[in-house]
Amino acid sequence: MDLQYFAELFLGGLTRGSIYALIALGYTMVYGIIELINFAHGEIYMIGAFTGLIVATVLTFAGFPTLAVLVIASVAAVVYSSCYGFTMEKIAYKPLRGAPRLSALISAIGMSLFLQNYVLLAQTSDFLPFPSLVPDLAFWEPYAHIISSQEIVIITVTAVVMVLLNLLIKFTRMGKAMRATSQDREMAMLTGVDVNRVISMTFVIGSATAALGAVLIASHIGQINFYIGFIAGIKAFVAAVLGGIGSVPGAVVGALVLGWTESFFTGYISSDYEDVFAFIFLVVILIFKPSGILGRSETQKV
Amino acid sequence: MLKIDDINTYYGNIQALKGISLEIGAGEIICLIGANGAGKSTTLMSICGVVPPRTGRIVFEDREIQNLPTNRIVELGIVQVPEGRRIFPYLTVAENLDMGAFLRKDKAAIARDLDYIYDLFPILAKRRHQAGGTLSGGEQQMLAISRALMARPRLLLLDEPSLGLAPLVVKQIFEIIGKINRENNTTIFLVEQNANLALQIAHRGYVMETGRITLTDTAANLLANEDVKKAYLGI
Repeated sequence: MDLQYFAELFLGGLTRGSIYALIALGYTMVYGIIELINFAHGEIYMIGAFTGLIVATVLTFAGFPTLAVLVIASVAAVVYSSCYGFTMEKIAYKPLRGAPRLSALISAIGMSLFLQNYVLLAQTSDFLPFPSLVPDLAFWEPYAHIISSQEIVIITVTAVVMVLLNLLIKFTRMGKAMRATSQDREMAMLTGVDVNRVISMTFVIGSATAALGAVLIASHIGQINFYIGFIAGIKAFVAAVLGGIGSVPGAVVGALVLGWTESFFTGYISSDYEDVFAFIFLVVILIFKPSGILGRSETQKV
Repeated sequence: MLKIDDINTYYGNIQALKGISLEIGAGEIICLIGANGAGKSTTLMSICGVVPPRTGRIVFEDREIQNLPTNRIVELGIVQVPEGRRIFPYLTVAENLDMGAFLRKDKAAIARDLDYIYDLFPILAKRRHQAGGTLSGGEQQMLAISRALMARPRLLLLDEPSLGLAPLVVKQIFEIIGKINRENNTTIFLVEQNANLALQIAHRGYVMETGRITLTDTAANLLANEDVKKAYLGI
């Protein structure tokens, strides 16, 4: 076995998995709090990528250094997408809070189609080139064929975000309110939690991480269009279900498992069936563990 | 302290409360008895704003609260221990208690109250790092009451605290309820199917039937009332 090839696939899978994880967080957290599959989440990711592109283009034109462009474009994408996530919840989901769950789901699909077509009309249907925002470092050059500095940045940023998010959920007041709300919303209200704020916050956090992932991966792949949110969203959704939807560590584990599965299967077997492998793997896992890798079984719910 | 004035509450098109009026004075223990489905729990949920009344007024210390969101009502000092205890199953005992003090910022006083709770229920201190969902029914009821006490309630609403518990545990829980009322001067509004037990610790009581208050009197008179005896005391 070629060890270097294996290492490349492993790191490639880790990079993919990191991006899936950043997007999957939004699905799993929203599901955990209001039991809604937010189908428009992929579009928030796509809007993040477009915001990043616009800001990056303007800043590059103005002569900013690459690293500054990366940081500012990421922040802009995070802020803009968060606003979209926040507003989306208020418009499309909050009025349906007491309605049957199917209504909110259909509202989510509508929101997804609306945002896709909005960007299609406002921008273009063509693929747009996305500038590479992570500078290739000279000293890293000898190892760049194994893992590029782009990939290192993606993996590191994801790791930092996950650690921060974990601390937020474990130790802050908002984190406690989130955990309580996900376990029993009405009881959380009765302890004084402002559930509307918790739900808004969940959408904001999920949108922010998705936008961050969008800028990083778009800069890595080099092109975007209005439809990228769909396939990325589906994959991240698979990752969330794989790990156990509703569970934050589950989303990360699911995303990494999915990233490696895709990477190794395409690397060792065939790249023609990349997406097929992901779904076959999902089906196999769900046969043996219907609630996902780290998911809680329903019977355990009180 | 709390005055409910002619409230009507609906679940969708179904009217659960039909013109309920009642009054609770500071320091009192008031009980609300009635059969299953009479609207007792709905009354509590209306007070807390979880299922707000469609018409009518709820006044807490000269302030109309029927339109306030639940978290604001809790902030005023109205705290409920809902039916079925509703412990956060995956939070530890300590975290559950911490959630009770969610709106408080006075760290030192919270720590003192926590000691008081662990003193009151030593079993909770022993289990403080255990997940709430792993506790027995009686322990969960103790935790639910303790969680409410951590909020320093001015008015404590208790929904069926005896439900599903062994008689010995029920006795212990009711002793604690009386103690909370005497020692902290906490006003208590108690909803119970176990009318006999409730009327023994309450000062006054209300009897509820299919969404209406049908009778109100002092606890002693209700215990002696022939209709109440037949319908709720099984004598």
